[in-house]
Amino acid sequence: MAWFESPAQEPLRVPTAALWVVCPKCNSYVAKAEWAAACKVCPKCDHHARLNCRERVQLLTDTDTFEEINANVSVNDPLKFKDASGSYAAKSKATIQKTGLGEAILTGTCAIEGSAVVLCVMDFAFMGGSLGSGTGERILLAAEKAVSLHRPLIIVSASGGARMHEGIVSLMQMAKTCAAIAKVKEAGLPYFSILTDPTTGGVSASYAMIGDLNIAEPKALIGFAGRRVIEQTIKQDLPDDFQTAEYTMAHGFIDHIVPRKEMKAFLAKILRYAGF
Amino acid sequence: MAKKIQKKLTAWEIVQLARHAERPNITAYCEAMCDDFIELHGDRLFGDDRGLIGGFATIGGERVVLIGHRKGSNVEENIDANFGMASPEGYRKAMRLMALAEKYKLPVVSLVDTPGAYPGAEAEANGQAEAIAHNLEFMARLKTPIIVVVCGEGGSGGALGIAVGDRILMLENAVYSVISPEGCASILWRDGSQAPLAAETLKITAEHLLELGIIDTIISEPAGGAHKKPTVAVASVKKAILKELAELRKLALGDLIEKRYQKFAAMGRF
Repeated sequence: MAWFESPAQEPLRVPTAALWVVCPKCNSYVAKAEWAAACKVCPKCDHHARLNCRERVQLLTDTDTFEEINANVSVNDPLKFKDASGSYAAKSKATIQKTGLGEAILTGTCAIEGSAVVLCVMDFAFMGGSLGSGTGERILLAAEKAVSLHRPLIIVSASGGARMHEGIVSLMQMAKTCAAIAKVKEAGLPYFSILTDPTTGGVSASYAMIGDLNIAEPKALIGFAGRRVIEQTIKQDLPDDFQTAEYTMAHGFIDHIVPRKEMKAFLAKILRYAGF
Repeated sequence: MAKKIQKKLTAWEIVQLARHAERPNITAYCEAMCDDFIELHGDRLFGDDRGLIGGFATIGGERVVLIGHRKGSNVEENIDANFGMASPEGYRKAMRLMALAEKYKLPVVSLVDTPGAYPGAEAEANGQAEAIAHNLEFMARLKTPIIVVVCGEGGSGGALGIAVGDRILMLENAVYSVISPEGCASILWRDGSQAPLAAETLKITAEHLLELGIIDTIISEPAGGAHKKPTVAVASVKKAILKELAELRKLALGDLIEKRYQKFAAMGRF
């Protein structure tokens, strides 16, 4: 029996998933405790792995101050959409069960180092953080809450863009959310947009790009059109740093890039500058 | 009889009509619908997009600011206009002209006809996302009436970037969608040839959009499509614009803007 046929080899002992996390960027093994302490930022390559919205809320808010609002607003299926892999109704139901979220965004009131704000946090695990009508409605209601409570509005984006399954209704959420944010600004209230990996398509082309300040996490993918679409359009390869937070800042569309661990303190600081 | 035949068109057939090379384009509207059109160029920041144009126009004696995508009428013009795929400088020029409209108390008429915003490297570098986003915010609060007419293709964010308004009109054989049927088919069906099915499923026709509460009025087209009798089609658009304009002029500015807010707030509220 040749060596390549041998089935009896003891498999290589790999670190068990119970103790280790593999960095999705550099493939380094990081001890789970260290990974958690670093808020899912790789100590080897500084990759900022995706956070779910609960983790993000915990990271940014004062302990036990976050109170969810708009929890009753959930997914709609205006087109009764079905594609090759099944119905949107079934898919969204499964996503709700899996994530424990009603939509791709969690909205609520909270305090950041003592400043009262309205905070919205997107979750990429919920259908790619796509902008559905429930997402848009939650944002609009949160913005209206900010106006009625006279508080700053902060939105943390993580989204691939529009939710195709809701067709034109999804597209309209771009206009709807921007209209709501225009009202926040008209009331003289600050609106800060935090762009995390990824913030693209219809979300970057609406509320994510119109912050008083646009703040990004290091290396986050930020852009309008997809890289592949652009490469097909211009028939050439794009540089590696194309559509990174750093690239977007160099072109004038991001105010500041803030490492994850410093984000809360940074927000507290700019809230003070804004008078809150 | 012709009407009955028209009713039987599939979504995919309507897509073909919406994209028809001889369909009346913004140049046709400027010539046949406007007594006067003075094109105003440039975003004052970077350049002058040829895929999204605008200027002062007079329609049936009414002075307005007209903005719209330009696809061009022949290959040379198509290339010059980048096939109606606007760049950030186009959206910023549109915003500049809309600010002028507000200042001079002129209504805005916006003609939508684009496959989508230009997905190029330069457009990204110059802030395609920011340019569209800023327009959405700006148009939501613009202190003058805005009438939008989806004339041909309403291609996603590139269309919406000039399509926030008090009245959204749509030609019978125009389409308006979050993604092209081809794009949707290749992503969700993993097969571009399923575009006709995607077109049906996405509900992108005027009839569906009226049902969904996205548009206010459908403007009928001559049998076989607007390109069969362009003069008739353009006249219908002109008539519809003037009718809506007369209605909107009756509203106080504060009410106008609040109603515009409520209109979009209601979209996707079930």
